[in-house]
Amino acid sequence: MSNAVDLEKNFNSKLEKNDFVEPKDWMPENYRKHLIRQISQHAHSEIIGMLPEGNWISRAPSLRAKMVLLAKVQDEGGHGLYLYTAAETLGASRDELLGALHTGKAKYSSIFNYPTLTWADIGAVGWLVDGAAIMNQVMLQRTSYGPYSRAMIRICKEESFHQRQGYEIMCHLSFGTEAQKEMAQDALNRWWFPTMMMFGPPDKDSPNSEQAMKWRIKRETNDELRQKFVDRTVEQAEFLGLTIPDKNLKWNEAKKGYDFSEPNWEEFYNVIKGNGPCNKERLEARNKAHSDGAWVREAAMAYAEKKKENILAA
Amino acid sequence: MTTQEALFKYTLRLSDTSLILAQRLSEWTSKGPFLEEDLALTNIALDILGQANSLLEYAAKTESKGRSSDDLAFFRNEREFYNTLLVEQPNGDYAQTILRQCLIDNFDLLFYQELAKSKDETLAAIAAKSIKEITYHLRHTSSWVDRFGNGTEESHTRIQNALNELWRFTDELFEMNEIDEVLLKDKIAVDLKTIKPIWKKQVDAILEKASLKLPETVFMQTGSRNAKHTEHLGYILAEMQYLPRMHPTAKW
Repeated sequence: MSNAVDLEKNFNSKLEKNDFVEPKDWMPENYRKHLIRQISQHAHSEIIGMLPEGNWISRAPSLRAKMVLLAKVQDEGGHGLYLYTAAETLGASRDELLGALHTGKAKYSSIFNYPTLTWADIGAVGWLVDGAAIMNQVMLQRTSYGPYSRAMIRICKEESFHQRQGYEIMCHLSFGTEAQKEMAQDALNRWWFPTMMMFGPPDKDSPNSEQAMKWRIKRETNDELRQKFVDRTVEQAEFLGLTIPDKNLKWNEAKKGYDFSEPNWEEFYNVIKGNGPCNKERLEARNKAHSDGAWVREAAMAYAEKKKENILAA
Repeated sequence: MTTQEALFKYTLRLSDTSLILAQRLSEWTSKGPFLEEDLALTNIALDILGQANSLLEYAAKTESKGRSSDDLAFFRNEREFYNTLLVEQPNGDYAQTILRQCLIDNFDLLFYQELAKSKDETLAAIAAKSIKEITYHLRHTSSWVDRFGNGTEESHTRIQNALNELWRFTDELFEMNEIDEVLLKDKIAVDLKTIKPIWKKQVDAILEKASLKLPETVFMQTGSRNAKHTEHLGYILAEMQYLPRMHPTAKW
């Protein structure tokens, strides 16, 4: 009994000292479960996120834009890979995690259930969605679980490139022809509120947040991160000459930050439930890729088995 | 035909082949059979797109009529593209994509090794840079051909079907015309006659290892040297070019 108490004490003192918890350390079962859920959701988001952006690779309007986008989508896949590996250090298997994604049991970031309708959406996704993701990921570099933190440090470096590339697309459009400007404003109009939802529900309605803060998995609350994002993004929109689609957006001198409208949380819960514009398409695309690839994976396994037998026979 | 004209058209032949192939390969991105393979194939697509970009820049410079590499990629029509027919063929299943790539990797490695010795410094430099990449691509695709050929019954059938389907586009890789004649004189172009038997020997070895058989009666298709394509190219270009063509004065 005293042993269990010691283990928990040791775990808590690591958190207090801001030390990392490593895979072989003792950890409370709920901490482990919370992390597997969070890291795998994050991995799934990277993999699903390849779809709306991959949607524009064949139609990117310049050679450079095509190369940048192709490299970016590849990076997202790479991030998915690091994150699945980080989740595996907690005892989850990739097959099991992917299975949960493919059956619709596991969640991923709801933002990827919105469609990329025009080329400007590729700019807006980079600028806004990656911009919001970075807020979260910068915080997670200091998360208490070592492998997750280290994965985040690598990912953040690449994400900040992506955000700059997205903003560069927005610059070309905003300072381009009338039609391009309209395209840029339309993309901002459609992506603004969904992006604000990426930080999760308001703190008062976010039941998992409090425990995650105690475990130092999360270091800033949803509302704090959302505020930071708005404050930073308003100036960037002004530079582009684009209007943020929120009539209540106003500088508040007292809090040294912007006041802004809450996103439509009903829409948020609806998309999480599976009723977003692309939930069905995203899951179908993932499932199709996985089932079309089954014979490839089987062939690779069968080949490896045969090689092993040949070595044993020799 | 002047050397400059020949060089422009020769470079287009190479750039278009890379561009259309990269366009095809990137259709797989986010849809690969598993994550590591998705990343690997996207990487190959990126390398080839990079080659296309360098070659198109050089083609634009050689032409010197004020057209940019993007103009050449996005504002030429079906009858002005010189990519080989093989690269515009649909991806099919993963076996077909891998086999197409393996046939091309074998060709490209030999071709670019020779082109690296070209008297044209830019082409030689682009070739030298590409060799490293192609060596890796070939290792990747030939090992998959082996895995499919000797994996399961299903994978064997699929890769054999791919070979039966695509073999008819391979002769064309070695076709030469007036452009080659002009440039061979100046030691700029690669003599495709000399690499053909080496290519055949290498491909035979890969196929034999993978327990595959060449289809017996095949009528070899041709046309791309005169910009006569299969019906697939029109759709590839329609998708790839629509946005710049809709906004011809825009910059991206």
